[in-house]
Amino acid sequence: MERLRREMNRLFAGLPTRGSATPNYPAMNVWANEDGAIVTVELPGINPEEIDISVTGDTLTLTGRREAEELAEDEIYHRRERIHGRFTRTFQLPFDVETQDVDAVYQKGVLHITLPRAEADKPQKIRVTSG
Amino acid sequence: MMAETRDIQVQETEKQEIDESGAERTRAGACFVPRVDIYETNEGMTVIADMPGINEENIDITLEQNVLTINGYVASQRPEDYSLAYAEYRVGDYQRRFTLSDQIDKEKIEATVKDGVLRLQLPKAEPATKKISVTAG
Repeated sequence: MERLRREMNRLFAGLPTRGSATPNYPAMNVWANEDGAIVTVELPGINPEEIDISVTGDTLTLTGRREAEELAEDEIYHRRERIHGRFTRTFQLPFDVETQDVDAVYQKGVLHITLPRAEADKPQKIRVTSG
Repeated sequence: MMAETRDIQVQETEKQEIDESGAERTRAGACFVPRVDIYETNEGMTVIADMPGINEENIDITLEQNVLTINGYVASQRPEDYSLAYAEYRVGDYQRRFTLSDQIDKEKIEATVKDGVLRLQLPKAEPATKKISVTAG
């Protein structure tokens, strides 16, 4: 089981991201089975329309923007810990995705992307007949 | 105006786990310090905390002797028939404490939660001490 997990981690290792101030933002988890994967992303307080999800072949790309609050002149910040700005993340899956069946739901600040494995990419079962 | 029990590393994008050197939590599982933005206006203070996985039912805010405690309880949910293949974040509860000054009107604190973000409005109290003008007799 541990060996399988290590193997999966190796397969799922993300591609390096470019042009982003925070390369590992937002953080994502990947759940998988033989029929596909579910990617969950922690992205609190974002307008779902501002998230752009694109899938090509086996690659998932997530881009978006988290707006900072506009402060009036008499307002001052005491703390600014939340991450703002533009982000891009690219992730390579170990299988080709059925792109038209990709589904994304944004709930409680967490984005869930369901990525079904392409039918053509699934392993073929070969029947053995005795001659 | 606002002191706090612990500090957070801003550059890190990873969730910061709570320091349990003081008192341990009774609930098992991870507990994180939510990232906050705090700003002050003439009317009051606003605290915005990132708490993904939180909604209005599993958040608990208490005020006891000037200490405002935010607790968020997140049950880890795993999609059925799937196994975790790659992980960059962990799911767990949230806790953070702030010490409020007497300038805050504690009766009028308002809290809202939307898309995993908690927004606390802490209005300033009317000054209790009135300035008395002295006129020459």
